[in-house]
Amino acid sequence: MQQASAPAVLHPEVRQVRAADGAATVALTGAWDIRALESRARLLKPQLQQLAADPGRHWDLSSIQRLDHVGALLIWQAWGKRRPTRVALTQAHEVFFSGLDSAAAATAVAPFDPLHLVRALGAAVLLTAGHLRDIVQLLGQILIDSFALIRHPLHGPWREISAGLFRVGAQALGITALVGFLIGVVLSYLSAEQLKAFGANIFIINLLGMGIIRELGPVIAAVLVAGRSGSAITAQLGVMRVTEELDALSVMGIPHTVRLILPKIVALAIAMPLLILWTSGIALIGGALSADLQLGISVHSFFLGLPAAVPTVNLWLAMGKGVVFGALIALIACHFGLRVKPNTESLGIGTTNSVVTSITAVIIADALFAVIFSDVGISLT
Amino acid sequence: MNPVIEVRGLWTQFGDFVVHKDLNLTVMPGEVVSLVGGSGSGKTTLMRQILGLEQPARGTVKVFGIPLHESSAQLVQKIRKRWGVLFQEGALYSALSVFDNIALPLRELRAFDDEFIHDMVMLKLDMVDIERRHASKMPADLSGGMIKRIALARALVLEPELVFLDEPTAGLDPDRSESFVKLIQSLHATLNLTVVMVTHDLDTLVSLSDKIAVLAEQKLIVYGSLQEAIAVRHPFILNFFLGERGLRALSAVGLRLN
Repeated sequence: MQQASAPAVLHPEVRQVRAADGAATVALTGAWDIRALESRARLLKPQLQQLAADPGRHWDLSSIQRLDHVGALLIWQAWGKRRPTRVALTQAHEVFFSGLDSAAAATAVAPFDPLHLVRALGAAVLLTAGHLRDIVQLLGQILIDSFALIRHPLHGPWREISAGLFRVGAQALGITALVGFLIGVVLSYLSAEQLKAFGANIFIINLLGMGIIRELGPVIAAVLVAGRSGSAITAQLGVMRVTEELDALSVMGIPHTVRLILPKIVALAIAMPLLILWTSGIALIGGALSADLQLGISVHSFFLGLPAAVPTVNLWLAMGKGVVFGALIALIACHFGLRVKPNTESLGIGTTNSVVTSITAVIIADALFAVIFSDVGISLT
Repeated sequence: MNPVIEVRGLWTQFGDFVVHKDLNLTVMPGEVVSLVGGSGSGKTTLMRQILGLEQPARGTVKVFGIPLHESSAQLVQKIRKRWGVLFQEGALYSALSVFDNIALPLRELRAFDDEFIHDMVMLKLDMVDIERRHASKMPADLSGGMIKRIALARALVLEPELVFLDEPTAGLDPDRSESFVKLIQSLHATLNLTVVMVTHDLDTLVSLSDKIAVLAEQKLIVYGSLQEAIAVRHPFILNFFLGERGLRALSAVGLRLN
């Protein structure tokens, strides 16, 4: 019953009639297809169920003008999922009911599991253990690959490393500079208010110098890079998993740790300390400008006083942090990328987890650095 | 009877590249129309035009008598409930289970209760010959053939009057494509569907189509029955139908060439 133009105005109708032999009959007429039932199914179902409650009723479906599986299913469900004994149906409509009669199977409901919570806890523990095992395995594989690289330096993935350096390093210069500059300005402005109250204006150099070079610069740069490059690495590896590109590399005998993961880790371990220097430098410029405006300490004297206030070892410490943070971010990003399962939801979850985990790891590593090097490079002059 | 699909003077352009030039196509209710043509001849683009996924540079596309690009969003939404589309790779939502994939269009209607939706999904799974135990699986755990069938079940769940099939048998083994063709044949017979399909598979083409639309040189060079199509002397038709594979498929249905 095709209707090429707008559907004709036909409604599903239920009428109670008395047949020629006096039997109580329910006559269904009109359209019983999805277009007609879309707005009326919720009203019609209880009405039909009420009529079907009396098993002696006859059903006359022969005057239905349009029927489809939706209509048939609705009527059949009202019947209690089996056909009443007396049904009149046209030959053409028989096909919609024939599938239903054989298909009255119920689905199994999952049985209640009293150990549900214990199982969930166990699953979470196993998942964490799985993550740790995988990340240790990945780290081990990368160390093995690094030794191979040292023995055969010409076979190394130098092009990939260079491309990675450009992507995670050079292209991140803009955003790290902007954020660093603003942090420097804000920090300097807030500190200046406090220092002015004590007449300790000149200590703005110590405060900003130590704070930015030793702590803020490395952490800000690392958080930005984790969000920017960490997510990109996870998404890239994840999509390669979804599109079977990782498998294609494996069957060509190209180990993906060498071609994909090692270059990213090396690139981030090189780029990260440089980005930290850059971010800290720009943040100090911002801080110096703000100090000039707020406290009248000229930019020139700010940078002249800096070497005395901040021992050089702090710079090396910041660079060391950068190498560790960079390698950590790349390792975590690659780990989550390789664990993505071939579906879109897993890709989203993997990317989120990757960024959250790497930022957390960076903060934890930073705290460890603070404890280990607590008596290095802090001069009290 | 009014045509289901009416394409008039359609131009499709990507930059300077003209895909369709003044193309016309009319599909009547109950017909099975196959679009064939070489790679890059714009078969899939034509289908996307009819689905309203592309914007024509010129010309009109009417589906169920309603112009797709000039009508209100509400009217077009109504059309979209009356057609079903089987994408080439199935396009099942990978985050949803098989059950939820098929149930999604029904739930969107907000007209039916959960029990109804459940039974309807099971019925559609029966229709495409998928065992019910697969209903809770995720698309990533299924084979290509199963994905195609489930995608077809999803395309059919709103009882469409018009079905689009993009390469329905591509990537299936011969046995599976044979049963897929049978499935579509039986659905066409019971539901009186109008079917528009894009296919490269000669066996599918020969056994399913009422009409064949051959796309070449930016328009339809033939639109008619298989006999009419192979009577045309065009390099693409000679290659496609009268090559070794083509002749084999044609001889299987008893068509002989003079």
